[in-house]
Amino acid sequence: MTPVFHKTRLIFWSVVAIFFVMLPFGFSGGFALSMLSQMGIAIIFALSYNMLLGQTGLLSFGHAVYFGLGAFMTAHVINWVGEDRIWWPITFMPLVGGLTGMLFGLVLGFVTTRRAGTPFAMISLGIAEMVAASALMFTTFFGGEGGIATDRTAGGTMFGISYGPQIQVFYLIAGWCLVGMIGMFAVTQTPLGRMANAVRDNPERAKFVGYNPTRVRWLMMTLAGFFAGMAGALATINYEIVTAETLGLVASGNVVLMAFIGGIGHFWGPIVGAVFVTWLQSALSTYTQAWLLYFGLLFLIIILFSPGGMANLVTLHKPAWHARLMKRLLPSYALAAATGALMLTGFVAVIELLYSHGGSGDMVSLFGLRVDAGSAVTWVAAVGLFVVGIVLFRWALKYVRRAWEEITPQLQSSGVV
Amino acid sequence: MRAFWGSQLEFFLVTLLNSLSYGLLLFMLSSGLTLIFSMMGVLNFAHASFYMLGAYFAYQTGAYIGFWPALFIAPILVGILGAVTERYGLRTVHKFGHVAELLFTFGLAYVIEEVVHLVWGRAPVDYRVPESLDFTLFTLFTTQYPAYRAFMMLISVGMLISLFLLLTRTRVGMVVQASLTHPDMVEALGHNVPRVFMMVFAGGCALAGLAGVLGGNMFITEPGMAFAVGSIVFVVVVFGGMGSLAGAFVASLIIGTLQTFSVALDFSMLGVLGAIGISVSEDSNWYGLWSITISQTAPVLPYLLMVLMLIVRPRGLMGTRES
Repeated sequence: MTPVFHKTRLIFWSVVAIFFVMLPFGFSGGFALSMLSQMGIAIIFALSYNMLLGQTGLLSFGHAVYFGLGAFMTAHVINWVGEDRIWWPITFMPLVGGLTGMLFGLVLGFVTTRRAGTPFAMISLGIAEMVAASALMFTTFFGGEGGIATDRTAGGTMFGISYGPQIQVFYLIAGWCLVGMIGMFAVTQTPLGRMANAVRDNPERAKFVGYNPTRVRWLMMTLAGFFAGMAGALATINYEIVTAETLGLVASGNVVLMAFIGGIGHFWGPIVGAVFVTWLQSALSTYTQAWLLYFGLLFLIIILFSPGGMANLVTLHKPAWHARLMKRLLPSYALAAATGALMLTGFVAVIELLYSHGGSGDMVSLFGLRVDAGSAVTWVAAVGLFVVGIVLFRWALKYVRRAWEEITPQLQSSGVV
Repeated sequence: MRAFWGSQLEFFLVTLLNSLSYGLLLFMLSSGLTLIFSMMGVLNFAHASFYMLGAYFAYQTGAYIGFWPALFIAPILVGILGAVTERYGLRTVHKFGHVAELLFTFGLAYVIEEVVHLVWGRAPVDYRVPESLDFTLFTLFTTQYPAYRAFMMLISVGMLISLFLLLTRTRVGMVVQASLTHPDMVEALGHNVPRVFMMVFAGGCALAGLAGVLGGNMFITEPGMAFAVGSIVFVVVVFGGMGSLAGAFVASLIIGTLQTFSVALDFSMLGVLGAIGISVSEDSNWYGLWSITISQTAPVLPYLLMVLMLIVRPRGLMGTRES
């Protein structure tokens, strides 16, 4: 096992750091920059969620509670700084959010982590509902419907950094994102991280070795709360407003989707998921009102066919890559991709036509084409495309399966499996 | 003074009746959920979505053939959907473990809500109480009690009794009960246990659908209704003890009563303090906290109750197993 700060690891983290520094030069537009900031926040949040789900086996439906509470506390502290009641640099605000999240992780975790598995999932949901409902009750702290507004420039200018321009905020987020990534990776390498895996896989045996599974879960919950709160604080600085929605169930559900779509079995999975889902949400929602449906279906498909998420696809192909057998798979993949695209096009066309509730003569824009949503021709074409796509895709899948069967003996003999 | 106590009694009785009908509706939902859970260990997150589908199906079929046939058809349709979900969804993800199963139903809830948006739009639909039941059953002091609420109770109690008889007095019920505890043995005796699971899942969903048919027009039929009722049903199941039907029954009535009464009560700590001669000025820091009325805390109370239960008795009211 390589230590966290081994030479290769140091090189790796430096590369990531340089990548973060270079990013705004590649994507300099205002939209791109704010999306990159969102991604940074989402990465910390999704990784902290995976400390529970992936590493400890705790399926939480209320992780946004710690994110949101950290965000609210940060908003108040920034406002106090603005009123000169206390002094604390904006740069280190994520620590405020983190400690708040940690405190609530400690308190709420005491109740929730007493059970694991399905009961834990339900209890976390109940706690999330309770906090969300309280948020509308205690208006002094949560600001009611309007939320709490704040001003990220309240700390004044320090070393030429005022946090007025978005680029400065992006670098703040990127810096903390890196700290968070290293920190959470370090946790996986500690004895606690290892015990969390043991508790996830077999709590009874973990108990026999002399560890208390409840305490391990509780500790992991507290740590996850810290990182979630940190992400929340960055969200406050980024948006300059926190509303009760931040800690609501939709936000909690969102992070579940991110972590799972990326892949919970691998440390890097949630990062991929956070980037992909954030991009999908802002890109798709500008094109179609059915994006939540596509999103939900994508989630279902991943659960049904690739429960390891997107990261799993990479792990799956690693042996073939090392054995230099990828070129044997690629033709069948190309076939599947082409027919899959056909099927998808048909499906999207049908859904978009349904959403348009079109009467005759209603023009709908589909893939850059203007089509009549009321005419039978359009419908027949869309449904036909979809059905033909399904048939062809299933046929192509047969080739994929055959290609895999062909290379499996070679993979086994080359010893990489 | 007599008039005052009279109105208090009226308030109490009417609210009690309302809590009873609401509690029975909750039981119809939670009984299916808890049965499915005790059988497959799967918590169906989409359970409330099936409740919502029940209401929408009843609205849609009712528009063509009237309320009475819809009362039967809608739950059956929901049950069929449930069977399909179990057969082609849950059974596929079963090999990946409980987390995947739970997440599957979670994703399904998303998709069902979006499909409802797609088909019926985002605004509430006009699903009404049928005219034949739209009259006042009796007048209690000054409150007119609607016949439909009584009808709801009647159906719920009828369902409750038939469910009990089905599970304890019939051969099918025996097989179901045996499959809960000894699936291998039941399989060895020649019963198709996966099919039993599918039927139980379908039955639970059909019950949720029936609750939707009855609750949809009493309350409101809109895409948010699954979300609103879903977490309360979870509270009921955890509070009553997961997998326990009797526990779910008691918990439904308790939570139903708690919610109905707390919404209606307008007391606050300020009033209590005032009654014992302490006045809190409006500039005080704690004024906001003291002035919160019971009705404002209503949304939080069920969850608070659940958390307290978990601290005092983690397996719930009548739960038998730890996990």
